[in-house]
Amino acid sequence: MARPVSYNIKEKPLEKDISVVEMPEGYQGEGFFASKLSDVVGLARKNSIWPLPFATSCCGIEFMATMASHYDLARFGSERVGFSPRQCDLLMVMGTIAKKMAPVLRQVYLQMAEPRWVIAVGACACSGGIFDTYSVLQGIDQVVPVDVYVPGCPPRPEAILDGFIKIQDLVGKEELRRRNSEHYKKLLESYGIQ
Amino acid sequence: MALSNDQIKHRLTEKFGDQITNVEEPYGMLTFEAPKEINLKVLQFLFDDEELKFRFLTDLAAVHYPAYKGKELAVVYHLHNLIDNCRIRFKVFTDISKPDVFSAVNIFLAANWLEREAYDFYGVNFVGHPNLIRIQNVDEMDYFPQRKEFPLEDQTRIDKDDEMFGRGGSFDFGNRQEDGSPRQISEADKDQTWQ
Repeated sequence: MARPVSYNIKEKPLEKDISVVEMPEGYQGEGFFASKLSDVVGLARKNSIWPLPFATSCCGIEFMATMASHYDLARFGSERVGFSPRQCDLLMVMGTIAKKMAPVLRQVYLQMAEPRWVIAVGACACSGGIFDTYSVLQGIDQVVPVDVYVPGCPPRPEAILDGFIKIQDLVGKEELRRRNSEHYKKLLESYGIQ
Repeated sequence: MALSNDQIKHRLTEKFGDQITNVEEPYGMLTFEAPKEINLKVLQFLFDDEELKFRFLTDLAAVHYPAYKGKELAVVYHLHNLIDNCRIRFKVFTDISKPDVFSAVNIFLAANWLEREAYDFYGVNFVGHPNLIRIQNVDEMDYFPQRKEFPLEDQTRIDKDDEMFGRGGSFDFGNRQEDGSPRQISEADKDQTWQ
């Protein structure tokens, strides 16, 4: 029979009924609040990411569990997952990508509008995983630039959420002109993307 | 009345005589071989015959036997009789330098994609196939991956340690003595198996 659960067994009381995101730092007075634009924009973007689940294999099943009610991804703001790259911010690549699928993945990435982020979920997306063969792409970073890698085979939903929280950190702290900077342009050129 | 292996053997030898060779029954499934020139005749006979009625091609696979010179590539047909629930296996062998086999698409439509897969992985050229191109691998691939001379691993990786994966390297897994000389097992311990 199942072992008794040994962690997370103490009921934690809710701090308050509704949890709200903290305000960015700024100077406020009667009727105004002055803050950095990048902070405010980052705050808005990070709490309303629209992911595109590019779920290919087993990690896709773990993602389904992450989206379900127990490990809810919607509480991080991504209630609406889109399957159209034109409408999404975050490309979540979950699963084994074969070499035949690589140009398709690249096409999907190219169709996304800036700002866009990519998270590689699972060992196969990060590095080819257990499948070191002639037909599997050894890591999606051979075709698209990746922001966060989530290792695991498959990673637990909590690990996927952890990766998502890291993406939220990146989104929140990104400077406004990053997508026009020299550094970013060079990065895209190294992938052959104009 | 269920079709028995003996009945099938009898009908086949009646029609084709001694062109049917290597008749075996591994795990009860009749397996026989025929020269590749008559493979379509045999398949058509098995299809049309009112007693045999093998009208379902379950699988078509290719095998590479580098040890059988002159007969390196085998094409294996698995046929199923849906009415009497009977399965047989039929093999044809072909030379790897000229791997031409007649295509079975006119008899079984399923053979279309199955033959494309056999071509993609082994290079068997099916004569008469309407569209013999790669089906599962990348179109630009210039070799046939499942032939025995090609390795399974992706050759672009530079970070995989040969030693840790049991390929070459040294037998001491990199455990060297302090001055870099290899560790040896002493004569006394040579036959001991460590628990």
